[in-house]
Amino acid sequence: MSGLNKAAARRLRSNPAAVFALYAMLALAALALLGPWLNPNSIEALDWLHVATRPGLQGAHWFGTDRLGRDLFMRTLAGARVSIGVGLVASVVSLVVGLSFGAIAGYRGGRIDHLMLRMIEILSGLPLIFFVIVLTVVFGRNEYLLFVSIGAVGWLTMARIVRGQTLSIRRREYIEAAVASGASASRIIVKHVIPNLIGPVIVYATLSVPQIILFESFLSFLGLGVQEPHASLGTLIAEGAGEMESAPWILLVPGGVLALLLLCLNLFGDGLRDALDVKES
Amino acid sequence: MIPTLRIDDLSVSFPRQGAAIAAVQNVSLEIAPSECVGIIGESGSGKTQVFMAAMGLLSKNAAASGSICFEGGELMRADAAALNRVRGSKLTMIFQDPMTSLAPHLAIGTQLAEVLVCHSGLSWRDAWSSAGRMLGRVRVPDPERRLRQYPHELSGGMRQRVMIGMSLLCEPTLVIADEPTSALDVTVQAQLIELLRAMRHEFGMALALISHDLGVVAGLADRILVMYAGRIVESARAAEIFSHARHPYTAEMLKCVPTLSGPRLARLPTLAGQPPQAGEISEGCAFAPRCPRVAARCRSERPLLTAAGAASVACHFPLPA
Amino acid sequence: MTEALLRVKDLCVGFGAHAVISDLSFELFDGETLGLVGESGSGKSTLARAILRLLRSAQGSVEWRGKDLLTCSAAELRAQRRDLQIVFQDPLSSLNPRMTVGDAIAEPLRIFEPGLSAHARALRVGAMLERVGLAAAMGARYPHEFSGGQCQRIGIARAMILNPKLLICDEPVSSLDMSIQGQIVNLLLDLQRDAGTSMLFISHNLAVVRHLSHRVLVMFSGKLVEIATPDALFAAPRHPYTKALLAAVPKIEIEAKGAAAPLRVEEPPAAGRPGGCAYRDRCPYAWPVCASTVPPLAEAATGHWVACHRSHETLIPLSFPT
Repeated sequence: MSGLNKAAARRLRSNPAAVFALYAMLALAALALLGPWLNPNSIEALDWLHVATRPGLQGAHWFGTDRLGRDLFMRTLAGARVSIGVGLVASVVSLVVGLSFGAIAGYRGGRIDHLMLRMIEILSGLPLIFFVIVLTVVFGRNEYLLFVSIGAVGWLTMARIVRGQTLSIRRREYIEAAVASGASASRIIVKHVIPNLIGPVIVYATLSVPQIILFESFLSFLGLGVQEPHASLGTLIAEGAGEMESAPWILLVPGGVLALLLLCLNLFGDGLRDALDVKES
Repeated sequence: MIPTLRIDDLSVSFPRQGAAIAAVQNVSLEIAPSECVGIIGESGSGKTQVFMAAMGLLSKNAAASGSICFEGGELMRADAAALNRVRGSKLTMIFQDPMTSLAPHLAIGTQLAEVLVCHSGLSWRDAWSSAGRMLGRVRVPDPERRLRQYPHELSGGMRQRVMIGMSLLCEPTLVIADEPTSALDVTVQAQLIELLRAMRHEFGMALALISHDLGVVAGLADRILVMYAGRIVESARAAEIFSHARHPYTAEMLKCVPTLSGPRLARLPTLAGQPPQAGEISEGCAFAPRCPRVAARCRSERPLLTAAGAASVACHFPLPA
Repeated sequence: MTEALLRVKDLCVGFGAHAVISDLSFELFDGETLGLVGESGSGKSTLARAILRLLRSAQGSVEWRGKDLLTCSAAELRAQRRDLQIVFQDPLSSLNPRMTVGDAIAEPLRIFEPGLSAHARALRVGAMLERVGLAAAMGARYPHEFSGGQCQRIGIARAMILNPKLLICDEPVSSLDMSIQGQIVNLLLDLQRDAGTSMLFISHNLAVVRHLSHRVLVMFSGKLVEIATPDALFAAPRHPYTKALLAAVPKIEIEAKGAAAPLRVEEPPAAGRPGGCAYRDRCPYAWPVCASTVPPLAEAATGHWVACHRSHETLIPLSFPT
């Protein structure tokens, strides 16, 4: 892997947009994690002297406060932490499940493939929102449910992509060579199939993180996700939307962070796709 | 007499990672009217690129210098319109895989007739019947029916016959055939070599036959050029090159070819080592690392193609004639 | 050469008009190199894959040292693969682009000798790389860093590292340059001599097949039409297809030029009409019986088998109208 990955890394480094996106994301992630230590204000603390203050560097609240006098900077960082967390965890879950499911279906082919594909079709037929609402009704509202429900549905597209890639890889001569060498099916999938489809898969995973973050924001906006006093970017935006006319910054601060995050993820995903897209000479 | 094709000091290079990789270096050659010249060399020897340059078909990033004269007219700096006047009518090309050079969605007859309408200004009806006659001349059975068929309905050999017919439609003065039989079976290959031979008699065009297969070239060519690492290393009459090769590369290569006679189960004579990679630059002769006759001078000074008797050879120590 | 290592019996792939291989039988003896020639589409590569059960649709039996490879369990088949290896036509595409060539060569070792330490394995791989004429240090590189001839050496190293009993070579030199073909043929001959491996050598290059085979099978349209030793086959071919094949080999000797060679109108489809001899549409000697009865493969002389209704006659070469 290393030789090929080095070439890909070199191409990625020579793409300024992707490099900028990567550093911006890392900085945002570091801020989200370290934020509580950098800022004396806490998420829940109510500052009754500064209710709905405008952003400004002279006061204690750089990004202003909300209707209850809570520090918007802290709440946005906490929200970003939740959103990035959901995005990463759900992507990893869908990557692992989708990769193994798709690779097995594509490689085994025949009846097994047929059955597995039908399963994906049935699951993707379920309306997602309905699915989440049912889960919420059954298990009550909690944050972990969000991870589970998004992850449970997110792998379906991944599995389809992986299956398609596997079907074309399966016909390559080096797979035939591996079968003729006596390699077992699991060995072939792990050693020969997955390394050769990991490129497009990683790219898809990167591009699916923003979708998942958006979806989480959407669910939270509807009130199905993260609960007060905790915050995600979605709940903050929902809150801000109500104050749009009187205190626009309550919307603009978390909205700006979300937009920045999504932009960076998309730029990075595109850069990664271009870097990994080499013709195997 | 004006040669049909005259290439003078042609060099072609491709940029790769900042450097220019030379594919063809200082190649000069002439093809006389109705002469058949065979060009042999291994993959990467630049034999195809020379004629791609002549056809104006080099890829966009290629840099070419030198001069290419077709029937006295310079093609190298010609504009697209001038190039299109000769290309496809007086100067045509046959490729290795006819499946990729025939359009898959057009009937054979449409593709053939289009050439005539375009270059000879015939009416569609006349062009169509000429196309049918041409298929008959390249020994395609039942030409009227074939005109309405699509490329995928024909066998590989039949498609190549169609390509040969297409290249002859406007009575060209030079046909360039790039590995015309390499994708085909030996029996079909033999038939196509016969066809090309017959077509030369009927049409009297010059033929540049590019191949890595000595046998294919041996059957057709009057004169043979041997290319190695982007340069012509030997040029001689076909009969001579096979009996008295002057360049060590040619001689070694001829020894390598297994034949239907001779000892079996023994080790085959081989040419040791690898051909130089594209971009590998050597001061001296590119063949020196593999040459059995190598001397110190070969590594420091590049031999030029010079006349040696009836042949020309680029070697400091050519084999005796 | 008395014990049959491999006995293929009534092998069929595909049915009816779509038959790629039909009722094909032959034996391969210990230590023998069997050449297989035929044109593209005659089913040569399909035969190689059917023997190794890389296809799912083969019928008949492939008896390998007493075991039928087509019906044995998957586990047993895998165990047998240790002694049954294959080298493919396209050297680059038969190597995993994301695996170093060292890992590719080590793969059979990992599978069949899992107890081997990493160090011992690296030594074996290094020695094998040197055996096929590459440097041991090249094992750390990726396939795209090698030329076609070098990739084919790597493919051969992977196939030979366990000293298999049978090596199937599917057009191993067809995609290589002239000067490299001889190197690869010599390498195969050397390895075979050292390891005592039997070989099924598939090629459309008659000269190469003649050079290294003990016996030659000629295949046409999914059937064997002639089996003979190279000496008998190349001196006195009996099947009209074999004759045509030999006559078509381009010769380097120049004197053939100018001689009024036959200019034939080409090839009817190889997969001919059902019933009768598949070659009859192309055969200049075809009789009415050829259209009605499939000629059986019969022994025309000792060790020389032919599937032709007219093989017992002395057929004079015919020339064709231009």
